[in-house]
Amino acid sequence: MRRLINNGYDVVEEMLEGYTKAHPDYAKLLENDNRVVVSTRKSSEPKVGIIIGGGSGHEPLFLGYVGENFADAAVVGNVNTSPSPEPCYNAVKAVDQGKGCVYLYGNYAGDVMNFDMGAEMAAEDGIRVESIQVKDDVYSSENFDDRRGVAGDLFVFKAAAGAATLGADIDEVVRAAEKVNRMTYSMGVALSSSTLPATGEPIFEIEDGDMEIGMGIHGEPGVRRSKIQPADKVVDELLSYILEEGKFTSGNEVYVLVNGLGGLPLMDQYIMFRRVEQVLSEKGIKIYKSLVGNYATSMDMIGGSITLVKLDDEIKKLLDVPCDTPYLKIK
Amino acid sequence: MAELILNRQFFVNVIKDMAELVEKEKDHLTKLDSDIGDGDHGVNLSIGFRETMKQLELITSQAPDISSFLKKVGMILLGKVGGSSGPLYGGFFIKAGADVQGKDEVTFEELIGMIENGVNSILQRGKAQVGDKTMVDAFVPGLKVLKDSTDLKPIERFAAFVEQMKKGAESTIPLVAKKGRAMRLGERSVGHKDPGAESSWMLMEVILNNLKKIVGE
Repeated sequence: MRRLINNGYDVVEEMLEGYTKAHPDYAKLLENDNRVVVSTRKSSEPKVGIIIGGGSGHEPLFLGYVGENFADAAVVGNVNTSPSPEPCYNAVKAVDQGKGCVYLYGNYAGDVMNFDMGAEMAAEDGIRVESIQVKDDVYSSENFDDRRGVAGDLFVFKAAAGAATLGADIDEVVRAAEKVNRMTYSMGVALSSSTLPATGEPIFEIEDGDMEIGMGIHGEPGVRRSKIQPADKVVDELLSYILEEGKFTSGNEVYVLVNGLGGLPLMDQYIMFRRVEQVLSEKGIKIYKSLVGNYATSMDMIGGSITLVKLDDEIKKLLDVPCDTPYLKIK
Repeated sequence: MAELILNRQFFVNVIKDMAELVEKEKDHLTKLDSDIGDGDHGVNLSIGFRETMKQLELITSQAPDISSFLKKVGMILLGKVGGSSGPLYGGFFIKAGADVQGKDEVTFEELIGMIENGVNSILQRGKAQVGDKTMVDAFVPGLKVLKDSTDLKPIERFAAFVEQMKKGAESTIPLVAKKGRAMRLGERSVGHKDPGAESSWMLMEVILNNLKKIVGE
């Protein structure tokens, strides 16, 4: 156990207290619900409310993207667990400006159930809430609708927020988000488990020196368990799945995210990116912009993922809409 | 034998014992969930029942009837357990009392109806079917036995229900998961018991144990 916490049952509350006290110029907790983080930078023009959320343990996903012209609120669940319906509902009540709200979250059964119940509660108050489940992890299922949401969440959320900032109505925001959802492709590799704070135990066993390509952010199994390979080989394999699934061809333009799962050194992430750039260059795929870092983690998991977003002018425009949050700033 | 009458205290005792069971079996349930899920089923149930115990005295004294008491328990679980188990187990307790509102005592037959309402809530919310490798694999066959065994005396009847639920949980072992976290494992979920199915029969056994206490077994 290599965590620096107090009582394992208090981690979410203590993390939220620390976070909101560190970034009061961006976010605060709702007075009536300590599992909803809301932006302290409300937009002057009423717009569609953007509400993201899911389990804790993926910081900076989700609360780190609450701020100006990105998420208006984040709903916070227990570690690796979807939040309950009431905070989902309270988030809507807090951010709705009369234009309706969109829930955006990773595609997991628990999240779907709880956010749906939150939306039902909001509907009883006459507030329209639409929901988007991000489905970017290409290895998780052959069927798009069954895929889980991982680091690609960032792009789908950003596209929705960009559309809302530009004044789109709720149907437009949903359309834009779903478009990017279908253009975002990710796959990851894990070299270790993460540690569950309440037990101090790893979620699953993996030997020092082993890796699992295709593993999900909660330890969902991947392609196979093997010895750790050189970074270039691992990147080649991850990209082969992504490029095939996304039917990428020469001339395509992409946004690249090399994402650390929490325990992987930044040095290693940049070494991964180097190979991503080489492969894409060889294939005539142009990199529009890149992000490298811990954008969607699994606490202390040693691992990383690659995300490619296939771009067109509309998607570029949405992703380029300026925003200001503690973990993503676009000028 | 006198007819079994289940009063408010019976249900309070059931909830207390469920909380104790969940603490006791936390690690076991977590291990099952680590094998095919994300390792938090035991912990999340513990969080939910701990909060329930914190508020137990208050909700017991405030609830006008058994239905409201169980609804309050369900709301706490819904609010604190999270994941799939929150809506599923929370909904079970919320809906259990739908047909016994206003009562502070229920009969054994009415208890059967309460369990049926709880199971229907799970089926509606989770949309799983038998064979998907979930708690439905325990609840649906179990409920059938409970309803059909009209020839058995109440305790035996409920024991048969729990036994069938336990068998239902066992039946999940060779299945390929079609729902939830385990669904991502595909073939790898084979050979592992579903944690929700396991917790479900264990919670129902708590009710059986309390029924036995009433008749002095």
